[in-house]
Amino acid sequence: MSTEGVNKSRRRFLTAATTVVGGVGTVFAAVPFLAYWQPSAKAQAAGAPVEVDISKLEPGQRLTVEWRGKPVWVVRRTKQNLDDLTKLSDKLRDPNAEVTTQQPEYVKGITRSLKPEYLVVVGICTHLGCSPNYVKADDAHNLGSDWKGGFFCPCHGSRFDLAGRVFQGVPAPTNLVVPPYTYLSDSRIVVGVDTKG
Amino acid sequence: MRRMIAVFALLFPCISFANTGELPLTPANNDLRDRASLQAGAKTFVNYCMGCHSAEYSRYQRVADDLGIPEEVLKKNLMFAGDKVGETMSIAMSKKDGQRWFGVIPPDLSVISRARGVDWLYTYLTSFYLDSSRPWGVNNLMFKDVGMPHVLWEQQGWQKPVFEKVTDAEGHSHEVLKGVALVDEKDAKKAADYRQTVRNLVNFLEYVGEPAKTVRQDLGWKVILFLAIFFVFAYALKKEYWADIPH
Amino acid sequence: MIKSLVSWIDDRFPLTKLWNEHLAEYYAPKNFNFWYYFGSLALLVLVIQILTGIFLTMNYKPDATLAFASVEYIMRDVNFGWLIRYMHSTGASFFFIVVYLHMFRGLMYGSYKKPRELVWLFGMFLYLCLMAEAFMGYLLPWGQMSFWGAQVIISLFGAIPYVGETLSLWIRGDFVVADATLNRFFSLHVIALPIVLLGLVVAHIIALHEVGSNNPDGVEIKKNKDPVTHIPVDGIPFHPYYTVKDIAGVAGFLIIFSLVLFYMPEMGGYFLEDANFVPADPLKTPVHIAPVWYFTPFYAILRAVPDKFLGVVAMGGAVAMLFLLPWLDRSEVKSIRYKGIIFKTALTLFVISFVGLGYLGMQPSTPVSTLVAQVFSAIYFGFFLLMPLYSQWDQTKPVPERVTMP
Repeated sequence: MSTEGVNKSRRRFLTAATTVVGGVGTVFAAVPFLAYWQPSAKAQAAGAPVEVDISKLEPGQRLTVEWRGKPVWVVRRTKQNLDDLTKLSDKLRDPNAEVTTQQPEYVKGITRSLKPEYLVVVGICTHLGCSPNYVKADDAHNLGSDWKGGFFCPCHGSRFDLAGRVFQGVPAPTNLVVPPYTYLSDSRIVVGVDTKG
Repeated sequence: MRRMIAVFALLFPCISFANTGELPLTPANNDLRDRASLQAGAKTFVNYCMGCHSAEYSRYQRVADDLGIPEEVLKKNLMFAGDKVGETMSIAMSKKDGQRWFGVIPPDLSVISRARGVDWLYTYLTSFYLDSSRPWGVNNLMFKDVGMPHVLWEQQGWQKPVFEKVTDAEGHSHEVLKGVALVDEKDAKKAADYRQTVRNLVNFLEYVGEPAKTVRQDLGWKVILFLAIFFVFAYALKKEYWADIPH
Repeated sequence: MIKSLVSWIDDRFPLTKLWNEHLAEYYAPKNFNFWYYFGSLALLVLVIQILTGIFLTMNYKPDATLAFASVEYIMRDVNFGWLIRYMHSTGASFFFIVVYLHMFRGLMYGSYKKPRELVWLFGMFLYLCLMAEAFMGYLLPWGQMSFWGAQVIISLFGAIPYVGETLSLWIRGDFVVADATLNRFFSLHVIALPIVLLGLVVAHIIALHEVGSNNPDGVEIKKNKDPVTHIPVDGIPFHPYYTVKDIAGVAGFLIIFSLVLFYMPEMGGYFLEDANFVPADPLKTPVHIAPVWYFTPFYAILRAVPDKFLGVVAMGGAVAMLFLLPWLDRSEVKSIRYKGIIFKTALTLFVISFVGLGYLGMQPSTPVSTLVAQVFSAIYFGFFLLMPLYSQWDQTKPVPERVTMP
């Protein structure tokens, strides 16, 4: 074995080139394995938009549908509920829904809905993912005499009002998530499809 | 050493693929890249085959995406009312009913093209002939005493069996089924169109057997090209290092 | 920076020592030829199989009612599932191609002879383990061939006198191959056998690096060391010389592997059999059942023997012969290059028989093919059993002191 007359720069170049091409190949080869963990066609089909008929929903009632495996609530708010929303601002963390990640941009203001009467939210607590209970003002509860109705998470005690807005002094950091949804007609909502325009 | 490789080379041509069926298969000559053919095949499949056969591993959405069928057309022409686009192509007929009506459960056709091969399917679907001894009045060259009726007979016209007299080694002669022919020659034009219909159907069945087949072929040469480039560098690097080793 | 990290590790773990012992200061003969790629390629295929296997396990369902559908789910609904599944199925066949060529290399150059008997034995256990791994893996897609192949092979154990029936019932865990069988085979395929395989690979390599590699001349390079450095004169450090060579070999191999993977994953029904696209049906046997191509030589030997029990014995014996090889070969020389005409003829006949048996094992048996299979089987056993005699009679050529470069 002789190492005289070795062209060191050529050797360095070829080592680098082979390493780089091999490295690029390894990255490409990793792509299928990473993509393999993405939701499959089956999971995506199960996560397809869901149509909800709200024509039979009475004032004060709540309806739960499953979208992408998560509960989505549709609550028909009463006139009283809507009035109460305006009076809670000082007790809430984000009363005007300014954290933009928690709702689509076409859902604005304190009602956090397209039509004030109907609230559509994902029923998953923003703290650690439990599903809160719907507690009306006149239900039996120990949430205080000034409870105007809303959602109470049994896991760690987080509270939300009837616009899904989080109260101060509870573990949940943000308001409940409003999913993308749109009205097909006055009595039909589709969850999972954005409202256009 | 060289001799041994030569021996290998001599042996391999002997490994030929014998066709175990007695009658020759007609090549389907289908083209997986022909979208119009695939769409036509999909339509035939849904309208005729899916009365009894499912393709339960295949999803409508995927078929529509791969074949370039718009969603409205998919919903209107290819799907049963109430099915969702993400669902698989399953059928309402129960296995029990299938057993009762046909004597066998009509098999799921998702991967039938991979089990049988497209040429077999093509030949099978063009080889129904009249046989009054069978419950549905038909038999098949490829599948003796088949349980399936000739669903598409109106598109083809009836065929009759053709026998040939053969004399065996002991001098006895008997009739051997050789093929099929149209009962009515006037159906010739219709039968030619039918062959195209079957070609399209078989094309669709091949697609459904492996939806990723064209994706696979399109990706393959890119991977191989990349590896070839890598090989050039790796080989040059090997040469460079091995220049150290005296011969 | 890196140097101080390495020395920190070296104080606590023999990193540099291991690197030197097995790569940078492992001296391999400089005259390795084409046949010496297949060892590292076998290791590469093992890695591919383990990696793709881990990913397939994430979506596969080891349940008789769900297994077939879950494979189709992987092929259709899972992103790149088809690619990973084909890598695994193509990898299985390539594993055997590579291993058979690797073993043939050993046969040609006498790599099983003293002092490499244990290298060979560990290798043979690897081969045995690989056969079990492949057999159990083939049941998992739960197609007709999976089912009936397993049914036939497990029934072979029934041929063992007295305990046979009890044994095959115990292996299946049911009266036919069933959900219980599928479940236990899955467990063994994904956990037990891979662990054994990996352990044996380590043992195989440690044993090899203890005695040093053989070479196409069958010359012991350790006998001729440099008086000053004590490095074998005909040895070169494995790294970088054989690492760069093996990398080029890997690139070439992957091109062939990709050609099959992307353009003929079924390999005309030899890698993925047609009948395996029909879900397992315990009430209907496919017209023609044949094992996957890598088992067919032994299957042909089984069929060539007209007695059930003796057939099983012959089949087991055919594998056992390979284990005995180090003690059957009495030749003075290792490599075929210096062996005489008798050994060369014997090896040629052996290869023809092995390939011929492999071919016959795929075909439906006829009286003629059974006769041919019997002749081939006789040659197969003759090659081994007569070796103690003919390897002594053989006229060998003088072996050179030093290796010859190609």
